Amino acid sequence: MEEREKTKNNTEMRILGFLCNWCSYGGADTAGVSRLKQPTDLRIIRIPCTGRMDPLFAFKALISGADGVLVSGCHPKDCHYSVGNLYARRRFEVLKDFLPFLGIESDRFHYTWVSASEGQRWQEVVTEFSRRIHELGRNPGFDMNTNLVNSEAR
Amino acid sequence: MKDNFSRTVAYYPGCSVEGTAKEFDESTREIFRVLNVALREIPDWNCCGSTPSHIYDPLLSAAISGRNLAIAERMGFYEVMTPCPGCLKALKGSIEVFNNPLKRKDLLNILDMPFYGRIKAVSVVQFLVEDVGIEEIERCVLFPLEGITIVPYYGCLLTRPPKSAQFDDPEQPTSLDRILEAIGATVPHFPFKTECCGATYGVVRKDIVGRLTGRILEMALDLGADAIAVACPLCQQNLDLRQEQIERYRGRSFKISVPYITQLIGLSFGIDPKKLGWHRLAADPQKLLTRFDKLSKKRPTEPPTIR
Amino acid sequence: MRIGVFVCQCGTNIASTVDTERVAQEVKKLPDVVYTTTYMYTCSEPGQQEIQRAIEEHNLQGVVVAACSPRMHEPTFRRAVEKAGLNRYMFEMANIREHVSWVSNDREANTKKAIELVRMAVAKLRFNQPLFPSRVAINKRVMVIGGGVAGIQAALDCADAGLDVVLVERRTSIGGKMAQLDKTFPTIDCSSCILGPKMVDVAQKENITLHAYSEIESVSGYVGNFAVRVRKKATYVDWKACTGCGVCMEKCPSRKVPDEFNEGLSFTRAINIPFPQAIPKKATINRSYCIYFTKGKCGICAKVCPAKAIRYDMTDEVVTEEVGAIIVATGYDLFDPSAYGEYGAGQYRDVITGIQYERILSASGPFGGHIKRPSDGREPKDVVFIACVGSRDASVGRPYCSGVCCMYIAKQAILTKDHIPNSRSYVFYMDIRSPAKNYDEFVRRAQEEYGVQYIRGRVGKIYPRGDRLVVQGMDTLLGIQVEVEADLVVLATGIEASRGARELAEKLHISYDQYGFFMENHPKLRPVETNTAGIYLAGVCQGPKDIPASVAQGSAAAAKVLALFARDTIETSPQVASVTERACIACGKCIEVCPYGAIRWKELKGGVRKAEVITTVCQGCGLCNATCPPKAIQLQHATDNQILAEIEELCA
Repeated sequence: MEEREKTKNNTEMRILGFLCNWCSYGGADTAGVSRLKQPTDLRIIRIPCTGRMDPLFAFKALISGADGVLVSGCHPKDCHYSVGNLYARRRFEVLKDFLPFLGIESDRFHYTWVSASEGQRWQEVVTEFSRRIHELGRNPGFDMNTNLVNSEAR
Repeated sequence: MKDNFSRTVAYYPGCSVEGTAKEFDESTREIFRVLNVALREIPDWNCCGSTPSHIYDPLLSAAISGRNLAIAERMGFYEVMTPCPGCLKALKGSIEVFNNPLKRKDLLNILDMPFYGRIKAVSVVQFLVEDVGIEEIERCVLFPLEGITIVPYYGCLLTRPPKSAQFDDPEQPTSLDRILEAIGATVPHFPFKTECCGATYGVVRKDIVGRLTGRILEMALDLGADAIAVACPLCQQNLDLRQEQIERYRGRSFKISVPYITQLIGLSFGIDPKKLGWHRLAADPQKLLTRFDKLSKKRPTEPPTIR
Repeated sequence: MRIGVFVCQCGTNIASTVDTERVAQEVKKLPDVVYTTTYMYTCSEPGQQEIQRAIEEHNLQGVVVAACSPRMHEPTFRRAVEKAGLNRYMFEMANIREHVSWVSNDREANTKKAIELVRMAVAKLRFNQPLFPSRVAINKRVMVIGGGVAGIQAALDCADAGLDVVLVERRTSIGGKMAQLDKTFPTIDCSSCILGPKMVDVAQKENITLHAYSEIESVSGYVGNFAVRVRKKATYVDWKACTGCGVCMEKCPSRKVPDEFNEGLSFTRAINIPFPQAIPKKATINRSYCIYFTKGKCGICAKVCPAKAIRYDMTDEVVTEEVGAIIVATGYDLFDPSAYGEYGAGQYRDVITGIQYERILSASGPFGGHIKRPSDGREPKDVVFIACVGSRDASVGRPYCSGVCCMYIAKQAILTKDHIPNSRSYVFYMDIRSPAKNYDEFVRRAQEEYGVQYIRGRVGKIYPRGDRLVVQGMDTLLGIQVEVEADLVVLATGIEASRGARELAEKLHISYDQYGFFMENHPKLRPVETNTAGIYLAGVCQGPKDIPASVAQGSAAAAKVLALFARDTIETSPQVASVTERACIACGKCIEVCPYGAIRWKELKGGVRKAEVITTVCQGCGLCNATCPPKAIQLQHATDNQILAEIEELCA
């Protein structure tokens, strides 16, 4: 209860979710069908597969001032397209390392795997990620005048 | 102070081993000397709070036990070992409270000393199985307990509740079985290895303990056991100290020795039974010791006598 | 573009926590949006007509419906807009139910969220293009994986309709778990008498190809055109020659082979036919027990075989079957009760599982249909049944109900009384679950006519007393502890997902839940379809169920295949990748990453190469799109511009 009050008083954060159509979008639907309450900051974009997720989408969002980006797909080995999520995993690992060079905390980006049956796990993922972003606060966004040397990457 | 032990572990004896279960403490210290493990008793340790404190207020219990853990942590230990399953549960309970984000602050406030919750609490049995290893125990056996039938009795708390104990199978544990086999004893399958002995009902409802402990003793006898190996001071008290009481209640003579597992290990290590506190047992173990002596032909010295 | 937005109230499902009117008003202000409205149930017939009316009246070029999940009703609304003359891909959905109204009660925040989701959908829609499906021919053969009762039913129904059927079975005979059962509830029908004829039908149908003792190696392709590699394991017997006479089995000197069909209660030979009614009735050598294979010499079976069918040098063979649809009916396995230490964890020979008791009851079982104790062969007088062993127990990771145990215990208790009239049966149960036709009446008969003692409570301990067992439990109705002395204890072990189910799911690209049961497309409305088009489910592989439900599902899956095969071609989704040749730098990265081999080189004049998508093979994952350096390859309906438009709408 205390937790919810806090979220209410704070302004809402801008969190973008990229969910694969087959597993995680279904998992988020399952969470909804089960009426599992979640923070309201997240906006979900449906993509066919995490393999479709171009790291540039995350960059673009974070540069334009999104406070967090969450990507979720099928568990490894369960990808509807066999291997899409494995490619995605590599890209996301590199992306996480690279974000600090733009002066963006790598914690603002998170990827995970949630299957269509894991409504409860989706609730946990959303709640935890939203909490983390609230802790990090507003993303100042990418400013061309930002002194890159002073960023987290030094 | 420098010693030559291969490793050192924090040791929390607990109150009962200072009183009725002195032999558990004595034999534990003796066998760990052979196993090359130094026990560092937590200085100025206090009672774990036992049943009354956690019945009254779990936070109180956590704080009382937490003090011991905090001291051990300050000494640089990551593991604290205790012979008593009751104390073990209290120590683990304290760590559980620490790990609960809603209660951690309260616990630290009461403790008023640094505590990081990194430390792990284990029972003597768990330490023997997981840290020392069955092979190491087997290696140190000079006089195997060959031909002696021993049933293991785990009691309620050693492996349960499973979430908190995180050790062995909660309903069908095998760690004591494996230790007993390693020291050469014959170990039949004991169906009542985790049945309740009646615990503290020995004080208020003797009939309950009479029934529950009686069942355990009868089953052991029916399986032809020479001894029941235990690892809990309270179980030992019910099975051993109250044995005559239960004999009257059940109308059957048991006369079965109920030593601690550590006393049996010590015996197989060739340690003087007196040093292991065998003379403190209520049900006379002389029969068992004589039998052990007769069977272990390799024994170089005098037959062990006690009292 | 002239866009219309329809905000669904979904009765009160959405309207109670989202101010739908305000959503409609707010998005009306967006550029291009010329019409907005709210509607009570947009998916209903009048709701769809309302959309069609608005398209005509306001000359709409694109439609956004803010309602439930697109996984639910996107196809519905696409059809609706198509009827009004729009291309079906000029339509977008905003999910304001599952992702908004149902997950928070904060009306203010929800309304804001809904408005933003609609804005994003509108932003994407501005970049939508009309897309047109292409058609491919359907290979009208169907594969059924698993030859239990569900798979048999599906195979027979498909074969009856004239389809070519390939039936793949892991064991050496079809029949599955039902073949092991003695009788079935609630009619006490003999299981093999009702299943046997169906098994024979499978063998006799000319259009059913049976691969027994075979497993799925790999699956490629897509709906209408799958290619499945099937590993036919070496049986060391030429099944074309084997007549099933059984002489080899009689003479085989390796006699201590645990009989899998009898659940380890008896022994069989190293060369064996699993049971008398086996289909195909052919012998197989069990390599790990065969003296020829373990010691290097013997060869008796080869000598005695009148058909000269023994082939010690046989190896596994992999065949490729091309089919248009796949029915998965891989069934289940039973929970291993050794997880329950308090029941002895396999220490006591007279504590057996339900399926073992089923074999004991069976006339073709280890004791010829006489109830005997496995330990000493004595006839039991007191039999205790323990329900929910591996069901409804989160502590062993099985919180679900297996659905059949209450019924099979009642059946077994009745049969016990029939076999041994002076016996007593006791049932420890948690709840009795018997919700089907004549089921509850059946349980009542067990209690009232057959005098089975039902004790409500869990068993805490089983321990030996002399040569008998004491079952110690709780009677929660009386609030007392009870001890029952028994000669035989039957554990009603629950249903769990078949071993290897997860691996198979990964090969088929279908989903499974946390227990390994395959996921249906929709729990209510698409119970036999999977998420992958052309792959259907039947029987317990989808979740615990009894024989009638499995048979019904087998037929349902067959009906789905027949509906699919009723046409000669199927539409392939136009949501596939497409190359802008001008931008392609011919790096070949898309060809490397494509999991389907759907991209190839295309030679242009002057030796210039460009990537080309084979649209009927492309499945639309978009991996190539994310990989392409100059973004020359774009996944239709999820192009970079479309996704970036959504991001920009939200973040800018």
